[in-house]
Amino acid sequence: MFIKQLSVFIENQEGRLEQVLEVLKQEQINIISLSLADTSEYGLLRLITSDPVAGQAALKKQGFSAMLTDVLAVRLAHQVGRLQEILSFVCKAGLNVEYMYALSNKEGDASIICKISNGDEAAVLLKSKEVELYSQEDILRIFC
Amino acid sequence: MIWAKEETMSRAEIEEIQLKRLKETVNRVYEKVGPYREKMDQAGVAPSDIKTLKDLSKLPFVTKQDMRDNYPFGLFAVPKEELVRIHASSGTTGKPTVVGYTEKDLEMWTECVSRIAAMGGATEKDVAQICFGYGMFTGALGLHFGLENMGAAIVPSSTGNSEKQIMYMKDFGTTLLVATPSYALRLGEVAKEMGLDPKKDLNVKIGLVGSELLTEAMRGEMHKLWGEDMLVTSNYGMSELMGPGVSGECDKLCGMHINEDYFIPEIINPKTGEVLPPGEKGELVITCIYKEALPLIRYRTKDITRLIYEPCKCGRTTVRMENLSGRTDDMLKIRGVNVFPSQIEEVLLGIEEIGPHYEIIVTRKNHSDILEIRVELVKPVDVYRELEALEKKIKHKLRIVLGLDAKIRLESPNTLKRFEGKAQRVKDLRKEV
Ligand SMILES: [Zn+2]
Repeated sequence: MFIKQLSVFIENQEGRLEQVLEVLKQEQINIISLSLADTSEYGLLRLITSDPVAGQAALKKQGFSAMLTDVLAVRLAHQVGRLQEILSFVCKAGLNVEYMYALSNKEGDASIICKISNGDEAAVLLKSKEVELYSQEDILRIFC
Repeated sequence: MIWAKEETMSRAEIEEIQLKRLKETVNRVYEKVGPYREKMDQAGVAPSDIKTLKDLSKLPFVTKQDMRDNYPFGLFAVPKEELVRIHASSGTTGKPTVVGYTEKDLEMWTECVSRIAAMGGATEKDVAQICFGYGMFTGALGLHFGLENMGAAIVPSSTGNSEKQIMYMKDFGTTLLVATPSYALRLGEVAKEMGLDPKKDLNVKIGLVGSELLTEAMRGEMHKLWGEDMLVTSNYGMSELMGPGVSGECDKLCGMHINEDYFIPEIINPKTGEVLPPGEKGELVITCIYKEALPLIRYRTKDITRLIYEPCKCGRTTVRMENLSGRTDDMLKIRGVNVFPSQIEEVLLGIEEIGPHYEIIVTRKNHSDILEIRVELVKPVDVYRELEALEKKIKHKLRIVLGLDAKIRLESPNTLKRFEGKAQRVKDLRKEV
């Protein structure tokens, strides 16, 4: 139901982002999607990768503050209004989207990664509305 | 275990010894040390004026500057031929301060350190690893001979090469660690990086920490890393006075017992020089009453503490000095508020999301002081809200303790500098502008 996102704290400093990518490269970890949000001082790098557990371990070893977060990977058909429709389910249930970013795949469908305030409830809700959620295995199969 | 009978004498007995030795020392320095004689003459006080311990306050102070002015041997009370050891403190600016020892001085030093080691739980069964830098610094050799005298097995590993240090600890079965609190923390981290849990895989049960002040929060961090059952005690001294061994904490952890048959402590108001009544906080002034080579009289330590004269639960009757709150040198004046780095440390170490390492940076912008604190984020986060909340929490706690607003800079683990000797966590950049 959920997939593991790798979240890394980085200081807004020259070269820090590159160092993270270097660590992942050394471990032969493939980056499927990412989002980088930053303020003037900090950045939070969120990554969907081929091996989040190994990625976290390698980053921690190199002195990064890295954690795994459960997020939803939602499949969207290319269709006007589909994302709005899905979000309306979430909003009506009183849930909040904490963040969201895109995930594209080889098959041409659009997908999004999102973190919703109450993850379990959101997952059950979306499933009941027949929204398709990718599993960790799907991610490896479809996106890598 | 109480090492010497002198530690349990009655107040009257202690004072009798102190007065006798004080008189002898004052007579001797007046006779043998030119700069002392000049100072005393200027102050209008003669050795014969010292009739009671209270008369000590008539004598002039000695400062580090006096030692520099008389570099290298000008304040020594014995001819150079009688010295058997010379140490020096690293002067960051100008000449170092030089200290010397006769054979009898070294015996006394060893005795003092054996006492404080016993206070801290050491016995002849211990394997004691000395992770203080050997060399001109008095810390390492002081602890070395005091512990060896006790019968402990010494591992003189000095500082540096931390992975090898951990290997010795494991392979030699080190039970006692001598280090600065910050290096003890660093060694614990290195053990973990090597895949060892210091609590289970190492057998270090005693920590004798010194040369840097030990806050209660730092003691807590030591326990977290090395185990709750580790006895961590701080001890105190400085090269000018002898080296480590002036005082040390016993297992009741309620202040450091001063070796009063060798040193007389006073607390003064650092601004006026006036002696403060027992129990009040101020600058510690120490008079050496048993040393031959360099018997400093009323030496201004610049360390801030208070004296506790009530007998301790451990059975010792010697006066205790509270663990230091800081040094008059270290005090920062930020926007008119007096701040000791130790106050900041107490706050930071109480916050679990950040690690025990920190750096304090003070700058000035538009005629206003800016206090900035760098800390390491050890609990990872995934959303900004949590970072903001953490910053807010740290700021709030600092404001309660300091009455000041600070800027907090969160950084990745292992980005701040680690120290092997005395930690230098404060950067006051205001003077350089
Ligand atoms: Zn005691």
